[in-house]
Amino acid sequence: MPAPTPAEVAYLDHAATTPMVPEALATTTELMHRLGNASSLHASGREARRVVEESRETLASTVGARPSDVIFTSGGTESDNLAVKGLFWARRAADPRRRRILAAAVEHHAVLDPLHWLAQHEDAEVELVGVDRLGRLDVDALRAAVERDPESVAAVTVMWANNEVGTVQPVRQVVEVAAAHGIPVHTDAVQALGQVPLDFADSGVDAMTLSGHKVGGPVGVGALLVRRELDLVPVLHGGGQERDVRSGTLNVPAIGGFAAAVERAGADQPDTAETLAALRDDLVARVRAVVPDAVLNGDPRSDVERRLPGNAHLTFPGCEGDLLLMLLDAHQVACSTGSACSAGVPRASHVLLAMGRDERSARGSLRFSLGRSSTAHDVDRLVDVIGPAVERARAAGRLSRKER
Amino acid sequence: MRVIAAMSGGVDSAVAAARAVEAGHDVTGVHLALAKNAQSYRSGARGCCTLEDSRDARRAADVIGIPFYVWDMAERFHDDVVEDFLDEYAAGRTPNPCLRCNERIKFEAVLERALALGFDAVVTGHYARLETGPDGLVQLHRAVDAGKDQSYVLGVLTQDQLRHSLYPLGDTPKPRVRAEAERRGLSVSAKPDSHDICFIADGDTAGFLRRRLGETEGEILDEAGQVVGSHDGTYGFTIGQRKGLRIGRPAADGRPRYVLDIEPVTQRVTVGPREALDVDLLEASQARWCGAAPDAPLECTVQLRAHGEELPARVVVEGQQVVVALREPAQGVAPGQAAVVYDGTRVVGSATIDVARRGATMP
Repeated sequence: MPAPTPAEVAYLDHAATTPMVPEALATTTELMHRLGNASSLHASGREARRVVEESRETLASTVGARPSDVIFTSGGTESDNLAVKGLFWARRAADPRRRRILAAAVEHHAVLDPLHWLAQHEDAEVELVGVDRLGRLDVDALRAAVERDPESVAAVTVMWANNEVGTVQPVRQVVEVAAAHGIPVHTDAVQALGQVPLDFADSGVDAMTLSGHKVGGPVGVGALLVRRELDLVPVLHGGGQERDVRSGTLNVPAIGGFAAAVERAGADQPDTAETLAALRDDLVARVRAVVPDAVLNGDPRSDVERRLPGNAHLTFPGCEGDLLLMLLDAHQVACSTGSACSAGVPRASHVLLAMGRDERSARGSLRFSLGRSSTAHDVDRLVDVIGPAVERARAAGRLSRKER
Repeated sequence: MRVIAAMSGGVDSAVAAARAVEAGHDVTGVHLALAKNAQSYRSGARGCCTLEDSRDARRAADVIGIPFYVWDMAERFHDDVVEDFLDEYAAGRTPNPCLRCNERIKFEAVLERALALGFDAVVTGHYARLETGPDGLVQLHRAVDAGKDQSYVLGVLTQDQLRHSLYPLGDTPKPRVRAEAERRGLSVSAKPDSHDICFIADGDTAGFLRRRLGETEGEILDEAGQVVGSHDGTYGFTIGQRKGLRIGRPAADGRPRYVLDIEPVTQRVTVGPREALDVDLLEASQARWCGAAPDAPLECTVQLRAHGEELPARVVVEGQQVVVALREPAQGVAPGQAAVVYDGTRVVGSATIDVARRGATMP
């Protein structure tokens, strides 16, 4: 049985990865024909370096940063690790009292897992600050945690927008709380880039994680924006290619494609947000017309200050999310349950649990994420098949409850 | 039909899934995650529950060209198979967990879920054949490859379960299945057969039972009730066992002694001569019939353990009770084992042995 062609699939999983935009594809493939290490001194090296530096300038100007703020990495996970560990080590080295790291309870695993690692191996004290029922950080709780002992806080990290339920976090308020005590703030903006307005300098954060493949660029490239003045201890040691903070031969074709994708995403962002929000609202309304008891998770207000325009996260009471996903997959609708472990065994999402949902309702949830390639036809396809799929997933769900 | 192929990551279930596709079915591959901690179960070649097996199953599905998912059945498996295994041993019985897994997991939990989701059947790589009888009922038969025949561990399935099952390998000898896997480009073609119990990582069943149930020292007695030795716990013993009894004093007649009985409450193990192992009358319960229960004494054969020999017998069903009278005595029969009843190659049904003894006369 041949796999369905991309055009036949209603791809509603742009938060996982996105199709490469033509500019990025053309740039990357063109650069792959070229020879040159950006650290070499000869002509082909200089040519590679020129591509990297032009890409750095393009990226910086699109997201409101200085070129010198940009550290190219292998992607979001590396950027998050570098930010969290690098900031913690540097700040503690400057003052050994700084052992606390404060983070939102709904952070991505690329932030949470380094935090837990630091707690286990580096004597860090990790405090996860709670969120409300919409998934938004409790800023008062963060403030109280900081003010309890500001001298001991190494860093604060709060994502720009949540990858599962799409809730946009009050990053500006987080910065106000932290800046009052000179504490650096990192934000994982992987999901926000291209969907909501993003300006590094204006936001006041000290470090920001970006990823290439979530915005139409290639997989395997990303960036950490770090204010030039801020010290980071490296995670990867070697040639020191990026500001002596990040080592490894620069991935020139990927960096070129990344910059092209970000430039396009930045230019399109206002239009993207408007189009996606309308499509998303339509998706939610029509799914709920078919499945009236489906619950929209996250912030119901659809402006870009509150929610990612491409995100629709729904709980289907009585369903097992992974079985519903499988039934939709069989009808060429691609979506996500939000989190999976290495063996592919579903676990209840820590994000929904932090929002006060119980394990069962957390497991009965699906994320539909729209991107710039999404069309009304994709939504039609979902609406056509969701009703019978939910009925069957419910029958299976009743079975697993009966067993207990 | 729309079918779920249960894919363990081994060669048999991979070929079974491929054959189901070729037979024209709409096949979806599913790997069952049975271990709560995948690392803790038997690894790689011999098991069916590890991350490596999950990957092998996924790769086979890729090659066959079918969708693939992992279903988490760890909790069900723990409750219905592992706990049952422990309970049975604690009660001094000898269970067969593979049989329980077929009864409660593959052809109950998985099958029911599949049906609820709109599928029609579950296909597995078991070596057994299904035929439709003149009465329209589905019959379960032994596989063509007698050495691989798995009808014994499927003997617990009811008509309803059989009706929604597919065993595409029943007519093929194992070497040909391996060759077919190779021909199909399935990388699992050379993977060794799985053996033993998948949830006991090191293969040390006695050690597993000791760790989980705790051990209590006890006495070893002869048939006359004389204490002839002691032991650290009953879990290391099986009925019919001869080696490792560590009895200091030889028997009066100097002949080897065998475990005759294990009594978990008093922790007593009784030993005696080989002929005392002979039993020819089995009382069994928890009968499961593939079709209708036999309503008259049935001249048939029974099999008492996986890959055990076939014994001529007469089976009488008395309500919930099944009495099996063996034509020739059998040895080493323990309560908890399943007696699977055959009429020729056809499985009639099964029952769990409660009592195995020497009968005075045939019923």
